[in-house]
Amino acid sequence: MTVQSRPAPAGLWDVWLGIVTRELRLAFRRPGDMATPLIFFAIVVSLFPLAVSPDKQLLMKFGPGVLWVAALLASLMSLGTLYRQDREDGTLEQLLLSGQPVSVLVLGKIAAQWLVTGLPLVVISPIAGVAFFIPEESLPILAGSLVLGTLSLSLIGSVGAALTVGLRQANSLLSLLVLPLVMPVLIFGARAVSLSADGETTGGSLYLLAALTILTTTFSPFAASAALRISAD
Amino acid sequence: MSEFLAMGGYGGYVWSSFVLTAIILVFNVTWARRRHAAARLNVARRIQAMEDDV
Amino acid sequence: MWTWFHKLGSPPHFYRIAGKLAPWLGGLAAIALVVGTFKGLVLAPADYQQGDGFRIIYVHVPSAYLSLMAYVVMATGAAIGLIWRMKLAHAVAAACAPIGASFTFLALATGSIWGRPMWGTWWEWGDARLTSELILLFLYLGYMALRASIDDTNKADRASGVLAVVGVINVPIIHYSVEWWSSLHQGATLAKFDQPSITGDMLTPLLINIIGFTLFFGAVLLIRARGEVLERERHSRWVKRELLGDSAVRENIPAGELQQ
Repeated sequence: MTVQSRPAPAGLWDVWLGIVTRELRLAFRRPGDMATPLIFFAIVVSLFPLAVSPDKQLLMKFGPGVLWVAALLASLMSLGTLYRQDREDGTLEQLLLSGQPVSVLVLGKIAAQWLVTGLPLVVISPIAGVAFFIPEESLPILAGSLVLGTLSLSLIGSVGAALTVGLRQANSLLSLLVLPLVMPVLIFGARAVSLSADGETTGGSLYLLAALTILTTTFSPFAASAALRISAD
Repeated sequence: MSEFLAMGGYGGYVWSSFVLTAIILVFNVTWARRRHAAARLNVARRIQAMEDDV
Repeated sequence: MWTWFHKLGSPPHFYRIAGKLAPWLGGLAAIALVVGTFKGLVLAPADYQQGDGFRIIYVHVPSAYLSLMAYVVMATGAAIGLIWRMKLAHAVAAACAPIGASFTFLALATGSIWGRPMWGTWWEWGDARLTSELILLFLYLGYMALRASIDDTNKADRASGVLAVVGVINVPIIHYSVEWWSSLHQGATLAKFDQPSITGDMLTPLLINIIGFTLFFGAVLLIRARGEVLERERHSRWVKRELLGDSAVRENIPAGELQQ
């Protein structure tokens, strides 16, 4: 008697990878949507010299903070749509019923969102940094801190997105919920860049920032999956 | 007495703080009570409405 | 004793016990606040540096302390409600938010008023406690906004419950990070009793007022929670018995609506 071989059950890694590739494929179908947060970032960054002053000393002082805030707001833009499309076409319910651990699905979505929005922000941040006269040696700190920061933001933001999916005024509510929670990330991240620009040691700030990223990576998927189950009811 | 009210020159600040506190405390009580009374009325109405439907 | 505690978890018993307990707590709170305020305004000696202006501490610190405690109670209620699916716990959590938010506002206002003569400005971003308190207000407002956007009470309870738990984990992080960020901040006057910043005669009214504020919070919480419980339990028989036996309620319902 021959035994028919069955395909091996999907491991968690494969599930995660599957979600990431699916999300990336969907995102690349609309390149315009991918560009919008980046353009938003550039515009917001340009607002500040116009609103305040083109004085070099002033810009150097405020640069790190402005760049960080702009990156946060730009990331929030793409977080609002994290679950919306899936909810509208019923995919969300299917994913929740699929039997796979929801936290893995959530991590997949977050990873894809970061690759589509967070990573490009990190890549263009040195260009914006130059516009604010941030010293060249500090530009890697700017990019590095933003890597950690945008990751934390995607993680915390996914919880907010899960809580607000389908609600009216979801985007404003999302910002209202998420921004207070990411203030520590902003504090440590922007300060790291400022300290570096002033020539001081950044080790402490970066370690704290990394600690926050690890903390959010540990908790956010569970919180987001709990929130998704509640929202999907 | 006037010395007490003056609070060593800080009178305005000290008294406005305490008055504001009193206002917030009273506000809390009246708001809570009103909410409870409204809840009683609301729920009673709904129960009556359900009974009428039956 | 344990059965009494267990009874408290049942909504009808909670409703009745809360109704009886609230006035007592309120009365005790009033006594404590009167005593504490009197001692603070009249008996406590003037501060060496701040003169009589420091007396604002007797309302500022208690309200700040309660604003934080209310959030913890809210998050605890939310957690219990989520884990054990107790509507009563959710009702308590919902009741905490407006009270906590008003205390946070009070802490900010009194902090600002206190700051004006001391720092020379109405606001000081560099003061870590004040800035953290502002962020706490945002957390409360976000919680209340989320609740308001969800029409189904059960869903609103659970969604805002998740938010409250996430928030409470964040509160110490926020506090620490803001402190790290600030340039000037006053040492915690309560945490270290051996610090010379506040002495025995000055400290006692503060402790009494904190107790008074806590009792007050308890009383108002019970009143609010009763309303929240009613709304969540409106399909239960005990609610029907409780309400239709109340003449004040019946008088307010137009004759046509009420059939007996």
